[in-house]
Amino acid sequence: MTLVLEQLLNGVQFGVMLFLLAAGLTLIFGIMGVINLAHGSLYMVGAYAGAIVAAKTGSLLLAIPAALAAAAAAGVAMELLVLRRLYQRDHLDQVLATFALILIFNQGVTLLFGRQPLFVSIPPLLNGSVELLPGLSYSVYRLTIIAVGLLVAAGLSILINRTRVGMLVRAGATHRDMVRALGVDIKLLYTAVFGLGALLAGLAGLMAGPILAVQVGMGEQILIMTFVVVVIGGVGSVRGALFGALIVGIVDTCLRAFLPGLLRQVMAGSEADALGAGLSSMGIYLLMAVVLLLRPKGLFPSHA
Amino acid sequence: MAEPLLCVRGLRKRFGGLVATDGVDLDVAEGEIHALIGPNGAGKTTLITQLFGELSHDAGEIRLGGEEIGALPTPQRVRRGLARTFQITHLLPDYTVLDNVALAVQARQGHSFRFFAEARRDDGLRGQAKGHLAAAGLFHRAEVKVSDLSHGEQKQLELIMALAGGPRLLLLDEPMAGLGHAESEQMVGMLSALRGKVTMLLVEHDMDAVFALADRISVLVYGRVIATGTAAEIRDNPDVRAAYLGDGEA
Amino acid sequence: MRNEAMVQPVPVPVAYGPLLATLVLALALVVLPFAAQALGQPSLVPLATRALIYAIAAASLNLALGYGGMVSFGHAAFFGIGGYVVGILYQSFTADELLFGLIPGTNQLLLTLAAAMLAAGFLALVIGALSLRTSGVQFIMITLAFAQMLFFLFVSLKAYGGDDGLIIRRRNILFGLDTRDDTVFYFVCLAAAAIMFWGIARIVGSRFGMVLAGIRQSERRMAAMGIAPYRYKLAAFVISGMGAGLAGALMANYLRFVSPDMLHWTKSGELMIMVILGGVGTLLGPLLGAAALVVLETVLTAWTEHWQLVLGPILLVVVLFTQGGLRALLRRLGGGR
Repeated sequence: MTLVLEQLLNGVQFGVMLFLLAAGLTLIFGIMGVINLAHGSLYMVGAYAGAIVAAKTGSLLLAIPAALAAAAAAGVAMELLVLRRLYQRDHLDQVLATFALILIFNQGVTLLFGRQPLFVSIPPLLNGSVELLPGLSYSVYRLTIIAVGLLVAAGLSILINRTRVGMLVRAGATHRDMVRALGVDIKLLYTAVFGLGALLAGLAGLMAGPILAVQVGMGEQILIMTFVVVVIGGVGSVRGALFGALIVGIVDTCLRAFLPGLLRQVMAGSEADALGAGLSSMGIYLLMAVVLLLRPKGLFPSHA
Repeated sequence: MAEPLLCVRGLRKRFGGLVATDGVDLDVAEGEIHALIGPNGAGKTTLITQLFGELSHDAGEIRLGGEEIGALPTPQRVRRGLARTFQITHLLPDYTVLDNVALAVQARQGHSFRFFAEARRDDGLRGQAKGHLAAAGLFHRAEVKVSDLSHGEQKQLELIMALAGGPRLLLLDEPMAGLGHAESEQMVGMLSALRGKVTMLLVEHDMDAVFALADRISVLVYGRVIATGTAAEIRDNPDVRAAYLGDGEA
Repeated sequence: MRNEAMVQPVPVPVAYGPLLATLVLALALVVLPFAAQALGQPSLVPLATRALIYAIAAASLNLALGYGGMVSFGHAAFFGIGGYVVGILYQSFTADELLFGLIPGTNQLLLTLAAAMLAAGFLALVIGALSLRTSGVQFIMITLAFAQMLFFLFVSLKAYGGDDGLIIRRRNILFGLDTRDDTVFYFVCLAAAAIMFWGIARIVGSRFGMVLAGIRQSERRMAAMGIAPYRYKLAAFVISGMGAGLAGALMANYLRFVSPDMLHWTKSGELMIMVILGGVGTLLGPLLGAAALVVLETVLTAWTEHWQLVLGPILLVVVLFTQGGLRALLRRLGGGR
């Protein structure tokens, strides 16, 4: 039972990371209509900036702003230099351009920091674990990630539902032309949203550092899952991104944790492990396909 | 007495709290030009869209030539003799005018699972399409890309394509909208030349055109038909005057 | 490929330009291996073979994506399944076993290519039938999802090598030809490509092709003319999948190896990039795009380890400053329309 709870928490933690990426992606997608394949690169930028500043200075307090600033700056630069020219274009042009950006980011990072993965240690303050229930102790660091993610979700919810900027963002997601017609400085709004999305991606990258290896290509792995989250949740919906991310995180984590064991009861160990690993990786895609077949616009469509 | 060509009974459609079509009863007799008028937001376009099957209805019947077609998807209604034009034109913008009409001819000839012969050298298609264009006076524009046509020409092309399908009932959604005076008159001319050949249900705001063309008029207000009759009867109907003409339109 | 002119939005009375260009291109492709030998650059032949195989895959994708407007992000599934059909049939052939207890293995190229196309076509029928119920971004993602499922399935199937894939010790045989010879295999691929491009040109200009491109422009208009889009889109998707399967089968023969890499989403992305780079919805665009990408990759890799840092900006320039890819760029440079 504690094992199940622990895996559920792992799932939530992974889901929260996915949410940080998906929130930005779904807004960029919903408001600007841009498919940004390079969103994962911003995550990578955040991870690298955090890892390097932490290693050089030994200070977490410096690593946090460094990662956020680097990712946000990279995002704003990306928007100003490339994506701004592509809003009116076909999705296909956006795909090609942002694919090119991935190549540039990946090789740029390789050139600067090499191919060796960087390892980041958990800050001492958050090291260790805490006993949540009798028999269930859990990593403080992972709990912190969950807390940060939920705080961000709450903050975004207030930003979007309670503020004037949020109102524009919401309106932009559902009635793009209308907002344009209202004479809002749409360029500034777009850049701001893009920067915010990049910042959140950088935050995810920063927090992923101590859990995963910081390496080139980390962005693409998580990007695909993020797209799955966005589509399951409903394009343009931050609430959908949150629920989609939690569902995907929990389903993926639990399948990986438990499916091989279940299969091992009916077949040989090594085959069960291989098949279990494969099938559990398929899980979220199967989930997405089923969701799309039943609810073609996702679980929380923003276009009513 | 034989049933009218189009027979609509109790047609209802609701969008959340908004009632778009609130139990419409409507008859369109074979051969007539039947105008559908009403104030903005009365649900005229929504009704056309439901008749054409692009929007499903919640309740009611739509019979064409005695056959219930209310559950059929649009392409099958077209095969049973419906055609429509759009208020905001929906054409194939990358194709030429001739391509557009030829495709309409092709669609009428049955399925298009023919993968080999060049469609653009198919005289059966091209010849007929040119005939339709010539008859409507748009032949000189045959090789022009549709996205390069003027608004009026696009409206004309929509009508030609609808006719190329050989419809029994033509649903016209504001064919005069956005046309200049001369273009409007030309359109009225084209439509009145079709009188007796094709049955039409005409949604139109241009009252001169309505009174010039319509054999009968139905008035739609808040999703209901409140009156049907000849132009004179409609002019004199007190309900209509109150609901519609009363506010100075005519 | 005289239908080249038919792809133009505005038909030109007599279009000698494209016809001439196509002839020159065909001639160049036939002469290429001999020229490579004469120039002392025999490695050009396998390079060109790879470009041709990718061109087949990209052209097939383009039928769905460019002409039909179906942005599939899962064509690696069909490419990969084509490769696996070759690998699996070869495995049963060498083991002299019946596949699934029914099908004898084979190393006959014509049989494996046909089987690969059938398998890919069937897969495309299933995936397409489900995916085409969505559209837009959702379609992109659901095709991706199906391809990823297949990827992970093959990763986990130990019987077919799992992660490591299957080695095909000898290329499939075709009549008495020595397919191990690079030049011979080049011509096999060239023949396949010629048939494929010719076939696609016919399809694009046919009644079916007119309907397909019409659906891309406005489904609502097609429905209003009495044409139900779904079946036409599905048919095009299946043809497109079969073409990608053919390319995958050739690739497995070329590499003498098949692995889940061929099914990975990055492969779908690569095919898409080739189409967009070359020119979406043009007949020869995919060939240009595939050749450009394969050649650039090879040239740049030889030049610098950080070749992607060069390729990235090149792609960016292409997308930002040429409207419609290399095909459009060439046309404008040629002073054409």
